[in-house]
Amino acid sequence: MKITPDLPSELTALDRPNSYIGRAVPRPNLKRLTQGRGQYVSDVTLPRMAHVAFVRSPYAHARIAAIDAAAAKAAPGVIAVVTGAALAKVITPWVGVLTHLKGIKSAPQHAIAVDVAHWQGEAVAAVVARTRAEAEDARALVIVDYEELAAVTDPETALDAATPVIHPALGDNLCFERRHTAGDPDGGFAQAEEVIEATFRFGRHTGVTNEPRAIVADWNPGDERLTVYQGTQAPHMMQNLFAKHLGLDEHQVRVITKDVGGSFGIKVHTYADEMATVGLAKLLGRPVKFVADRAESFVTDIHARDHRVRAKIGVTRDGAITAWEIDDLTGIGPYSVYPRTSGIEANQVVNLVGGPYTCKNYRALARVVFQNKNVMCQYRAVGHPIATHVTESLVELAAARIGMDPLELRRRNLIPDDAYPAQGPSGIRFEKLSHHEALANLDAMMNYAGLRAEQTRLRAQGIYRGIGFASFIEVTNPSAAFYGIGGARISAQDGATVRLDAAGAVFCHTGVTEQGQGAEAVIAQCVASSFGVPIERVRVITGDTDNVPYGGGTWASRAAGIGGEAAWQAGKALRANVLAVAGQVLQAEPKSLDIRGGIVVDRADGRERIGVDEIARIAYFRPDTLPPGFQAELIATRHYVPKAWPFAFTNGIQASHVEVDIETGRVTLLKHWCIEDCGTVINPQLVDEQVRGGVVQGLGAALFERCEYDARGQLLNGSMADYLVPMAAEMPDIEVGHVVSPTADSELGAKGAGEAGTAGATGAVANAVNDALRVLGAREITEVPIMPEGVLRAVGRE
Amino acid sequence: MTEHFRSIALTVNGEEVRETVEARTSLVDFLRDRLGLTGSHVGCEQGACGACTVRLDGVTVRGCLVLAVQCAGSRVETIEGVSDTGEIADLQEAFVRRNALQCGFCTPGMLLAAQELLASREHAGGDVPSRDEIRALLSGSYCRCTGYQAIVDAVEAVARMRLCSPSPSSGRAGVGSFPRQELAARAPTLPSPASGGGKEERTP
Repeated sequence: MKITPDLPSELTALDRPNSYIGRAVPRPNLKRLTQGRGQYVSDVTLPRMAHVAFVRSPYAHARIAAIDAAAAKAAPGVIAVVTGAALAKVITPWVGVLTHLKGIKSAPQHAIAVDVAHWQGEAVAAVVARTRAEAEDARALVIVDYEELAAVTDPETALDAATPVIHPALGDNLCFERRHTAGDPDGGFAQAEEVIEATFRFGRHTGVTNEPRAIVADWNPGDERLTVYQGTQAPHMMQNLFAKHLGLDEHQVRVITKDVGGSFGIKVHTYADEMATVGLAKLLGRPVKFVADRAESFVTDIHARDHRVRAKIGVTRDGAITAWEIDDLTGIGPYSVYPRTSGIEANQVVNLVGGPYTCKNYRALARVVFQNKNVMCQYRAVGHPIATHVTESLVELAAARIGMDPLELRRRNLIPDDAYPAQGPSGIRFEKLSHHEALANLDAMMNYAGLRAEQTRLRAQGIYRGIGFASFIEVTNPSAAFYGIGGARISAQDGATVRLDAAGAVFCHTGVTEQGQGAEAVIAQCVASSFGVPIERVRVITGDTDNVPYGGGTWASRAAGIGGEAAWQAGKALRANVLAVAGQVLQAEPKSLDIRGGIVVDRADGRERIGVDEIARIAYFRPDTLPPGFQAELIATRHYVPKAWPFAFTNGIQASHVEVDIETGRVTLLKHWCIEDCGTVINPQLVDEQVRGGVVQGLGAALFERCEYDARGQLLNGSMADYLVPMAAEMPDIEVGHVVSPTADSELGAKGAGEAGTAGATGAVANAVNDALRVLGAREITEVPIMPEGVLRAVGRE
Repeated sequence: MTEHFRSIALTVNGEEVRETVEARTSLVDFLRDRLGLTGSHVGCEQGACGACTVRLDGVTVRGCLVLAVQCAGSRVETIEGVSDTGEIADLQEAFVRRNALQCGFCTPGMLLAAQELLASREHAGGDVPSRDEIRALLSGSYCRCTGYQAIVDAVEAVARMRLCSPSPSSGRAGVGSFPRQELAARAPTLPSPASGGGKEERTP
């Protein structure tokens, strides 16, 4: 078994005895999950619980002329059939805009469509019944009279005068537009000896979480409280939104998130059907459960990507990049998704293009247009795969044009490792990155020279292998700059409360959530290390707005860097509190003491003095033996939010090795490498697995995943038999390495690692495929997913 | 509606179960909703994702593609059952050690698929499967989190332990798997629970 070796700790502030920082500690919650003892929302049952099934529009755009629910209401087990207008009496509509995305606009969205359905799959009525089967049976009896309207389904023509406007009140189909110019792009292109242009297309794809979205809402009229069991990444955000739109005070709403069967950004948004479920619970005064089936998931879970980017790079023949230009067009759904908006991905593309490089001459245009398709919003590595793919393909096209090795061109243009702090072309600020060290490590790890020699040798045998790279940056640990300043009540800070129980164990309540990425393990490592107990004696409590400090949850690769730091500081604070008690008991100066392995010791020589459990016993049961006036405090709370930098950027480089069969067009992934720098590595195994899982999501985008819509806005492949996801057989082994550049903003120095893999994988594969085919004079492939027919077209064999 | 209901008797995780079910109820819905065995998960309801994988008379099946009424007289084993018997304790431990699961939703199905692969190798006295073979044989189970490598590592490690060690590793009993083809060739009439559908394989 290949267990990732522990990394040596490189940090002095963290260099505590028995530290768990930097160790591959197994996750405490895994054993029960391997035994089928998880508690996913789809497993939750409550007394008197009813089930809802939604009647969904089969049209992409249609007026709802009439709904006849008489037969459905009379069907066995049916409790209620509720239309959009009826539900609107208990839950108000919302508009997905943020003030810092200048000019972004959207229309009010209802939990259930009122009058007009705007995409295939939007709910137009809800059927609540005793069992799910009865709800689904009755759903088939609801007769909806639709008048089909013209559907807007081509982003390229969405802004044309002849195209219908989806929301007439908005005036046009433009949701958001951003223009950015930096440096002197015209001068840069004039100075270039070669200018390469390409148009890149990115398939619309979706998260396909293994557990579909699930929610159980329980309105208890007795205590006037709403308890929501929800598979979400942001319980406090949802608490606020449920309260706001149901007309409740926030304290009347409790959101509980236990095990979640995959999130990846899919479960951090407001979904109309989940809001409807909460509204139905309020309306009916009993628990209501909704679990999306897979067909519903494909037409309602947010989609992502779907960009067309015209891009241009200027380069001199000796390999200096002189300018960048992009024109990004992305077609979202009929609404900007609430509350994070559907403008963020395009905004990120503008922010991130050219980010690793020194060239600052940059012109960008991004337009986000409404479509009568399923809604689009932030999915793992928001915008990064687009920006990285565009940038890195331009770099490799430029290298090919001037006849320079693609790694050499990068060496000449990546921001030097000693040039920090630095800025990217869009003005994004980098505290400390390590592009060159990462590149050098990758070069050695993959034996680049050896692979190039093999590539040449095999070509003589008619075997076409390719090597492609992608240097990348990743936004992690966001401050309030992401959402808070735009008016969304999404917490950028996170808190941790640590308390000593009566037997010397430690409970840590944290605002970040466990989505499977290992947050519970990381939080336990931080607390165990900073407080000083064996990790087995730390219990982590997450996902309950009644019982954890206010926090943002898990998104934008923030759980370890922000939640971890709060836990680390809380553990330190509790240590000080416990040592204050120990000082009284031992008649010693607390500063001369420390806690190691759950025992109070003399800091200087480690001599054991008294167990933490004994301190707890005295403080809880015999406080009478402590000096008068002394009060033990065996609980401590600390919060953390990044302060010096709006984001903690990370960086890295990936490489893909592929073999392309030019007879069938099939691309085989042979191997993938990633060197990344997320600062302090709290748990190397978890970081590596985040990278691997992220890479594979990028590989899916590169070769398999695309939501196919027809001109009428019908999703053609909305099932797991038709929409291809990566399975074990197609995936390569992925080698992961690290450079460690800690952020000085926190004591831990940890940055995020959850999205690095997805950021670079797609572009690396595209570059590898083109590298394999370039020797054949093939046309450059600039569209993902790269399907066999695309390969055959490129080599002229279709 | 009575004609839509059937009374069935079967053995689930070694326990005799008698229930009346709707003819249309899938095995996985029956296990989850009626018996509270929520370790088997519903991912796609069309046999593509493998989250609902359980064992029916010793062979893995998709719980969403088998009707509960088809299981009358049969022996069904779920992740809860094989966990209790200790049959896959080594696989579970390897999955934990290697972090071969993140959200864990696919894990019960993945473990049962891996156990079938390994048990059939052991039964045939075969070699340790290659990584490519493991990848191919696990390709009926969808995992969105891990990228599969950790799963392949864990299964490979257990394969080495089981197939390379001179004596079988401890803690495993009731290796009830046999090649998938036998599912199709299975006799239409099956032993009733009363005649001992599998209790003999339950080892404390």
